[in-house]
Amino acid sequence: MGITTNEIQRVASLAKLRVEQSDVGELSSQLSKVLDLVNQLAEVDTDGVEPMVHAFELSNVLAIDHALASLPRGEVLMNAPSHDEECFRVPPVMG
Amino acid sequence: MSDSASTNSPLAYRIVIGLEVHVQLKTETKLFCRCSTRFGQSPNTQVCPVCLGLPGSLPVLNLHAIELAARAGEALHCELASFTKWDRKNYFYPDLPKGYQTSQFDLPICVGGYLDIPIRVPSDNAADAATLSENMVKRIRLVRAHLEEDAGKSMHDERAGRADTRIDLNRAGTPLLEIVSEPDLSSAEEAKDYLTELRLIMVYLGISDGNMQEGSLRADANVNLHIERDGKTIPTPIVEIKNLNSFRSVERAIDYEVERQYREFLRTGLAMGQSPKQTRGWDDVLGQTDLQREKEEAADYRYFPCPDLVPVQLTEQQREAAKHESQFTPDRYRNVLLHTHAVKETDAEILIQQGRDVVDYFLEMVRAGATPKRASAWMLQDVLRHLNDQRVPIDRYPIAAPKLAELLMAIEQGKVDTSQAKQALAKILDDPSIGVAAAIESLGIVRVDVSEMETLCRELLAENPDVVDKVKAGNTKAVAALVGQAKKRNRNADPRVLQEICLKMIASM
Ligand SMILES: [Zn+2]
Repeated sequence: MGITTNEIQRVASLAKLRVEQSDVGELSSQLSKVLDLVNQLAEVDTDGVEPMVHAFELSNVLAIDHALASLPRGEVLMNAPSHDEECFRVPPVMG
Repeated sequence: MSDSASTNSPLAYRIVIGLEVHVQLKTETKLFCRCSTRFGQSPNTQVCPVCLGLPGSLPVLNLHAIELAARAGEALHCELASFTKWDRKNYFYPDLPKGYQTSQFDLPICVGGYLDIPIRVPSDNAADAATLSENMVKRIRLVRAHLEEDAGKSMHDERAGRADTRIDLNRAGTPLLEIVSEPDLSSAEEAKDYLTELRLIMVYLGISDGNMQEGSLRADANVNLHIERDGKTIPTPIVEIKNLNSFRSVERAIDYEVERQYREFLRTGLAMGQSPKQTRGWDDVLGQTDLQREKEEAADYRYFPCPDLVPVQLTEQQREAAKHESQFTPDRYRNVLLHTHAVKETDAEILIQQGRDVVDYFLEMVRAGATPKRASAWMLQDVLRHLNDQRVPIDRYPIAAPKLAELLMAIEQGKVDTSQAKQALAKILDDPSIGVAAAIESLGIVRVDVSEMETLCRELLAENPDVVDKVKAGNTKAVAALVGQAKKRNRNADPRVLQEICLKMIASM
């Protein structure tokens, strides 16, 4: 199954990745192979099989609503490329 | 308008509005971690590895958020899903560290449901375009209500020379219930009524604090017009207005958008489907909506099931609890005030809008023996005014409901008249430790001697033979006229005693 160059560009823009025009052809054939691999699943006969929503047959893993300590602010901010005493700093965001 | 199209007679149109309301749930901790949700704390002090989306961290669902969502679902007549799950809504924004919002896509916790709002009918009064009709409701259908996490807060740095954005993640992960209505609302007033009643339900049932200044209730409105032209109904492109966090902004934004879409249609003639769906932000200062982005396609978010979270199945016990805890809706209280206690509709609504504690105070007064009519009058004229002046909630009112009821009963029993009771109230407010009897006594009301009252009654009976005849004919209520005259001659005379004496004298005549 093929993936078009338009689709490559759209996925790249949704993922906020810059893709050079010269790479689109190769990416397109690589991603097509990945899709082909996954598409083999479509050949399995699933008539009468309930769709599953999770890999584990488990539900209701819940915690009691009691606050526990958060991280010290220093540790919250320590891995950020840019921060001040209180906040993360990022390039200006418009609307 | 200088536009040539608009020189034709105006086109008739219908307004179509659907609301998506985000209600912040009143939990102590976040939806998927145990960081506190307390408002107004120092930035980034309520943040943990789950909030940050650090590798290896795993979310664990907050039980209470599920309970509150189920309670809301019951109150809004939704069907509670037997099986509900979590999905990732993918998008990039700096206030969303994981790169996705954990939400519910195809199996939300609440499905369907409805909310009733009062019907507005056109009024002749130009000052208010619509008035409330009595006892009639319009049913607004709901599509669904699902749980999701809030994002962090972006702040633009105002300090000179710094053009970047600061991010505070304290709010990131706070539980929200997104309640989506069908497009059943047809005016800005209806949208406001819907939001008002929804907020009231959430506050009455302890689902949310409903504090709009702190962003506990935020609405997005989907608005378009169905315009009649050449015998056809033409829908205009749907616009989603974001960032509506006060009742007033909801009303203003919708009014603005209706005008704007009408003018736009006259100018371009574009109908739904001929231009992409727009997202516009409401600017409260400028009083206008501004284009944010055009939605090219709906599948941008690439939802998929969250592998980190297992599904939820509500237990029978949880369903029963939700049903039980959702009983005390504003509408139920409204019914008690209107139908059990015959409180005037406008007065009842003022009490209802003040919140459950205020209504409970009123009901406690009535249980203690005050008449509903006098109790509601004193609530509106005295209690609420005091709370408003002092800016305190009812639980800080210095007088307990049974004590105020005792004072009102003193009026009923003829121990004091209304103006004396108000003086007594002032004395008790000055010093809440004094009792009702002591407060009345301190007014120096002179107890009138019985023989003095008998003399008064004898005079009145002689002067009013017609009243005597009426009472003798069986109309004992006619004696009230004598009591009124007696009070004028001696304002300290107890009307009940006066009435008793008069009736006794007439009977022996
Ligand atoms: Zn956390």
